[in-house]
Amino acid sequence: MPAVQETVERVRRIDVDQYRYGFETLIESDKAPKGLTEDTVRFISAKKNEPAWMLEWRLEAFRRWLTMTEPQWARVHYPKIDYQDLYYYAAPKPKKQVGSLDEIDPEILKTYEKLGIPLREVEVLEGVVRPEGERKIAVDAVFDSVSVATTFQKELKQAGVIFMPISEAIREHPELVKKYLGSVVPTSDNFFATLNSAVFSDGSFVYVPPGVRCPMELSTYFRINERNTGQFERTLIIADKGSYVSYLEGCTAPQRDENQLHAAVVELVALDDAEIKYSTVQNWYPGNSEGVGGIYNFVTKRGDCRGNNSKISWTQVETGSAITWKYPSCILRGDNSRGEFYSIAISNGHQQVDSGTKMIHLGKNTTSRIISKGIAAGVSQNTYRGLVTAHRKATGARNYTACDSLLIGDKCGAHTVPYVEAKNSSATFEHEATTSKISEDVLFYCVQRGLSQEEAVGLVVNGFVKDVLQQLPMEFAVEAQKLISISLEGSVG
Amino acid sequence: MNVVLAKTETGRALSDAFIVARDRLPGTGQILEQRRQAFDAYERAGLPHRRLEDWKYTDLRALMREVLPLAPAPDAAALKHAEKTLKQHKVRGTRRLVLVDGVFAPKLSETADLEKGLSIRSLREVLEAGNAELQSQLFAFDVSNPMVALNTAMMTDGVVIEVAAGTVMSQPLHVVHIATGSVPAAIFTRSLLRLGKDAGVTLVESYVAADGAKAYQAHDSLVIAIGDNSRLDHVRLVEDSAEAANISSAVVTLGAHAHFNTFGMTSGASVSRYQANIAFAGEGSRVETNGVNLLNGKQHADTTLFMDHAVPNCASREVFRAVADDRAHSVFQGRIIVRPDAQKTDAKMMTRALLLSDEAEADNKPELEIFADDVTCGHGATTGALDESLLFYLRARGLSEKEAQSLLIQAFVGEAIESIVNDDLRELAVASAIRWLEARA
Repeated sequence: MPAVQETVERVRRIDVDQYRYGFETLIESDKAPKGLTEDTVRFISAKKNEPAWMLEWRLEAFRRWLTMTEPQWARVHYPKIDYQDLYYYAAPKPKKQVGSLDEIDPEILKTYEKLGIPLREVEVLEGVVRPEGERKIAVDAVFDSVSVATTFQKELKQAGVIFMPISEAIREHPELVKKYLGSVVPTSDNFFATLNSAVFSDGSFVYVPPGVRCPMELSTYFRINERNTGQFERTLIIADKGSYVSYLEGCTAPQRDENQLHAAVVELVALDDAEIKYSTVQNWYPGNSEGVGGIYNFVTKRGDCRGNNSKISWTQVETGSAITWKYPSCILRGDNSRGEFYSIAISNGHQQVDSGTKMIHLGKNTTSRIISKGIAAGVSQNTYRGLVTAHRKATGARNYTACDSLLIGDKCGAHTVPYVEAKNSSATFEHEATTSKISEDVLFYCVQRGLSQEEAVGLVVNGFVKDVLQQLPMEFAVEAQKLISISLEGSVG
Repeated sequence: MNVVLAKTETGRALSDAFIVARDRLPGTGQILEQRRQAFDAYERAGLPHRRLEDWKYTDLRALMREVLPLAPAPDAAALKHAEKTLKQHKVRGTRRLVLVDGVFAPKLSETADLEKGLSIRSLREVLEAGNAELQSQLFAFDVSNPMVALNTAMMTDGVVIEVAAGTVMSQPLHVVHIATGSVPAAIFTRSLLRLGKDAGVTLVESYVAADGAKAYQAHDSLVIAIGDNSRLDHVRLVEDSAEAANISSAVVTLGAHAHFNTFGMTSGASVSRYQANIAFAGEGSRVETNGVNLLNGKQHADTTLFMDHAVPNCASREVFRAVADDRAHSVFQGRIIVRPDAQKTDAKMMTRALLLSDEAEADNKPELEIFADDVTCGHGATTGALDESLLFYLRARGLSEKEAQSLLIQAFVGEAIESIVNDDLRELAVASAIRWLEARA
């Protein structure tokens, strides 16, 4: 059944300007000179007081980057990015030496409060603002290029968990960083990852020692504030033998007319019997209803199940960004390792999403599962692109993939581009994909029972994405559910 | 991707070959110009390689290495040789049209007593006669595909079949491509089938080799235009020699309320690629595409289907089955595009691969590209080995390992074969599958 006239009208009137995190924080900041040269790389490295080996590593990546060309294969269109017209480093100017949380610029604290991110751990600990039953979450807040606060450091230290900005880890735990940095996403991996390797400014570093179950959820909150700034964060998570960690990531940015670049790299390493659960709620500014502004999100995320019986699970809710180019992947190297990918990608207005995953089966009896739900509304384009491959020695590899797309309105597009490669006869791969619109019958049924049209759509959509939402940690699931309803507001009749 | 590559030795040899062959290629004036342009397009790109998305799994630079020189026209001995081969590949009740080494052989073909409304000519005849409308249809291929460009430049002969409006033919047409050459050479053919309104026909195509013909290359292309309310049943059997290459393409357009049922089976050729572009130009039409790959040794077979739902209210079904043994490599790329106004499209694609050996490989790339909201589209893909419990069940009932496997494989490919409507042709496909299974055992 074609969309009813009312739906069409509403889609036309769609208003992406409902972005709730679009405010700007007015603080002074310290920036690297515009443009990208070896000097920029040296500047960033010097700002971070990095050891010589790190600078060398960055420079090598930078030289490699100069020889690379921007990939064109994704189904996203954008004007050519002028990499010389960007700031590669921006840090809030410290008013004084920051010793404790109280000394952080109150403007920044206010920003995070507005975003609903609790940085004041004392209050949280005392239960003043903590609703009953809420779990504790340690937060690393990254403001533009630097990490401004990491909470619960002490408690984590007791458990032996290292959770700190990566710039600090480079100085304090060089042996760990040296061993693992770039071991999952090599500096030469792809255009954006190489760029990131050269100019990354901050991000989180997590190390969970053998046999430790991380006592709380770890979380990073990324915020782009500065104008014309690229944000290049680098996250490295290592779960040593038999450990477990759950990590959450959230992102927002102010509303601006120009496009901003975000090119992050996330590396996960799971050793024998370890498990990493990585959840993302990505809500960068998507641009306005005319498609002006918004974040260009070019992210390389990869997990390496290096040990036997290890497990890596990616869960993502993608509602923001003008352009999303992101394929969280799992390399299933260890025998009996398991990779999971749960994704909800919602595009509205002029957003373009090209996202999916790669499951690379190398070890024996490895299993993977992909559940992807794409929802396209407005005039957006939403593409699932995924690879499942079993190598010669991956006996007993198993994969199940389900990617469903939901179209809301007749101006948007939903695409599926799966690659299924089996080089081993005992590999069992199943892939299914469907595309449909919300059934008018179902909507009619809901409306007849007293729901408004919008509530009815919300209900159907929530049912559609339920499989993925269930994978999110509780706090995130609530946030994600809200986000989904915000993203689709005004897009349905 | 604009990868400019230095011309290889073989590339240069081929461009000389084009100049040498030019006198043997039918058509002058504008046709010659179109050939030259197509050849330039091919020369710029060269043989497709894995950096091109459409050829990701079929790197002809590695698999084929070079394009062989044009095969000589068949002499009397070759025709005799072909006649012997033809006897083994006769299909009961069909009208035979034979191409020997890429040249239409009237003596081996049955062109007498044509039904009313049926016209059959050779491509050479049509290109030399200068019929503008037919010619524009023959050159309708997209030369951005380098192998199509090469075919356009070098096509030597083929059959041009026209079925007039209102003609429903009961007798199927059987186009047999026979390669006889003992020297390695390339064959370039192009055929056209045009159905007027309210017409119906069944077309069978076979690719076979005479004894002794080994390392040849068959480059074929087929243009099909199906008129309103017409129906075409199409069966395509690739049984080329185990050392040959078969690089074929088809362009199909359907009018309104038309029906196209096509089945393809590849059991021969060392390297094969079949690329079919099917476009709906009128509403209410339906396409069923079914395919089977039966591969062993070091065979490489690629089926690439592009289903273009450009208009509303059309339906398409794709069912593909691949069986790969030894070190064989089966590729299926299916792309369904639903254009912005093609509402009420109903498109389904299912591809399944069966790997019989640990060194076999199956790659599937089923794509959906959807720009309309009121559609039902889906695809599925599975890959796996034979079910151990089913094998056990059959073994427990006294079947040998090979017999049990054969039975299960037969059932597996049967799902695609049973779509063939014509009983004789279905039997033909089943027989061909059984021959493959017996050779395996």
